[in-house]
Amino acid sequence: MYNSVKIIIGLIIFVGLMAYPIWSSVGRPGPAPELVLTEKAKAAKVCIEETPWMKESHMQLLDDWRNKVVREKERLYTNNEGRAYNMSLTNTCLDCHSNKETFCDRCHDYTSVRPYCWDCHNVPKGTNDGQRP
Amino acid sequence: MLEKAIFVQSRRYWAWVLALLVVIGAAFATWYWQYSVGLTITGMSRDVSWGFYIAQFTFLVGVAASAVMLVLPYYLHNYKVFGRITILGEFLAVAAVTMCMLFIVTDLGRPDRGLNVMLHPTPNSVLFWDFVVLSGYLLLNILVGWVVLTAERKEVAPPKWIKPFIYLSIPWAVSIHTVTAFLYAGLPGRGYWLTAIMAARFLSSAFAAGPAFLVILCLVLRKLTRFDAGKEAIQTLGTIVTYAIMLNVFFFFLEVFTVGYSQIPEHLDHFKYLFFGLHGHDAYVPWMWSSFILAFAAIGALLSRKARRREGVLALGCGLVFVATWIDKGLGMIAGGFTPNPLHEVYEYVPTPPELLISLGVWAMGLLILTVLYRIAVSVKREVEA
Amino acid sequence: MMDKDRRSFLKLAGFCALGVGAKPVTDALAGSGQSPYSSKPRALEAKRWGMVVDVKKCQEKIAKDQCRDCIAACHITHNVPEIEGAKEEIKWIWQTPYEHAFPGQVDEFAQLTGTPFMVLCNHCDNPPCVRVCPTKATFKREDGVVMMDFHRCIGCRYCMAACPFGARSFNFQDPRPFIKEVRTEFPTRMRGVVEKCNFCAERLAEGLQPACVEACKEKALIFGDLEDPDSDVRRALRGKYAIRRKTYLGTRPSVLYLV
Repeated sequence: MYNSVKIIIGLIIFVGLMAYPIWSSVGRPGPAPELVLTEKAKAAKVCIEETPWMKESHMQLLDDWRNKVVREKERLYTNNEGRAYNMSLTNTCLDCHSNKETFCDRCHDYTSVRPYCWDCHNVPKGTNDGQRP
Repeated sequence: MLEKAIFVQSRRYWAWVLALLVVIGAAFATWYWQYSVGLTITGMSRDVSWGFYIAQFTFLVGVAASAVMLVLPYYLHNYKVFGRITILGEFLAVAAVTMCMLFIVTDLGRPDRGLNVMLHPTPNSVLFWDFVVLSGYLLLNILVGWVVLTAERKEVAPPKWIKPFIYLSIPWAVSIHTVTAFLYAGLPGRGYWLTAIMAARFLSSAFAAGPAFLVILCLVLRKLTRFDAGKEAIQTLGTIVTYAIMLNVFFFFLEVFTVGYSQIPEHLDHFKYLFFGLHGHDAYVPWMWSSFILAFAAIGALLSRKARRREGVLALGCGLVFVATWIDKGLGMIAGGFTPNPLHEVYEYVPTPPELLISLGVWAMGLLILTVLYRIAVSVKREVEA
Repeated sequence: MMDKDRRSFLKLAGFCALGVGAKPVTDALAGSGQSPYSSKPRALEAKRWGMVVDVKKCQEKIAKDQCRDCIAACHITHNVPEIEGAKEEIKWIWQTPYEHAFPGQVDEFAQLTGTPFMVLCNHCDNPPCVRVCPTKATFKREDGVVMMDFHRCIGCRYCMAACPFGARSFNFQDPRPFIKEVRTEFPTRMRGVVEKCNFCAERLAEGLQPACVEACKEKALIFGDLEDPDSDVRRALRGKYAIRRKTYLGTRPSVLYLV
């Protein structure tokens, strides 16, 4: 390789710059998002499914729900314990988790995720927001 | 071969490219505004829900299909005269189809969901098939053009396996415009479009507009570079344009007779609106009559072979044909189909300045692609002939 | 590059094909549990939902006090924005004179000319809008309702071109600023999607009648299963003369007008 010294030094600088976010925060992770549960959510104790599963898969659940409700006319979801729920983001999920800013947005902002659900689906009590342009 | 369009010394070339990029930049900014705010910045309405963008798309599909007018005589009938310029037709097709696709993107309400057309294929929808045939045609022309040009550069015969693709591009070209016509011709509620001759009219105006544009491009290339398509090739293209525009005008008269003699309001009222105005709305009347007169003027200029032999007259005639067919397809067809609406109400559509600027940007993008591709083609030919 | 001979290539291809074919089999074997999804027990079912408009009752009420109860109920229930002007207005149900509702059947001697008719999506049995939608965002349900999946719509507006009744509206911009009072139980739509009457599918699923039908104090809007001889709609039609819009186009509308 011609000019190998210059190239290797350049590569090291480049990788160092690009990896800055990783090596600068080793051992000092940022604060995890703090989720606030409403009184109603606390009283219900458990969500539609177990909390770890919900954390991992609520996006998939909502995606399945929207197809089932709109396209296949099925609006009742029965979980493993036999409890039945109306499949609706606004009327079921947000009924308990009506504090979008201190619940949903906390994790979404932290992970830089911008679901466009809010462009159409309303938050109860008239909190109006559309995050997308 | 791309380096032939990048390492260019000519000042004129870079001035042209820069001008195009400026237009494209301004148009892109306007389009981003449209994406943020919505299609409200266009002149489209609840009644005229397709407008300038789709009209440009329709016109350009025709221009793209016209590459077949070079490929067919050369490959199927051994018309050697077109051998030097089939590449120009193929590259024009690439630029035109790209413009078509860009116009679709600018017209969509939710372009961010455009992938749904591929994720949920719907064979009963003509729009699905339009997407399929246009994408296929784009790939075909890129493949054929590039491979044949590379072979020419290396001064060998093109590889045998490219022949089936070339033969495929012939019916495929006809199909892209037929399918685009089917978008309109199968809608029960739109009397202006519900006619079997829609596809035939589309093809005849395509084979007039496309070769007309090619004639002008060949004359421009001869002026700006030292590439000469050859007098006979240009004359043959001129003959094709003449027959095609006469056929197109004839088909138009067939339509006029059917609606005018049967006098069924659902079909006649759209012609009335375009040519005479309806309920006081008459924005399109001067345009449609101009298109009509220009088409006749073009036929007048091009009819005599002696007149066509004078390249000034030929260029004028081809320019008239291009403008006349553009007004017919790129302006009158869409608005005329939607006005009056299915409830027989008239709400007139006129494009807005932002809409026109975005459209200009897409045209500039197509011209940029055309410039780059033609630059490559002409440089290769010059290199070989040296 | 590929030094393999034909035999070893075919062997490799065969293994790959087996591998690709394995997943559907294991999926089928694994997913044999019960689906957690079902319809609500009180949901209304039908073979073909339809509506009958008692034109005389409706026109008498309109003449009395410019009644717009059905329009108000529909548009408020579904968060339909109020945008002024024919350019971008969104309407799911509206009033129009006879000669606009039935343009092919204009008759200067008819007493109906000039009188107001309620028009909406006809939920056709042979809908051209469904035929043209490239993503199946507009689709026909088994119970006859022509539904819109707002999540999937790409806003190409082909369905608007295809509809022979002008029943569809487009969101040219964000509708939320134009909605006076958002009803949170039903979503709004976003800019760039097409919308239209959905025969209150979400109410039918709860065992309720459509909002317009419920709101009409004169009971001029009758809703029911057109294929059930004992339904409200069929009983309303018995022995009477009813017309539909543009039947000659073969779309088979499900909205009938008792004239």
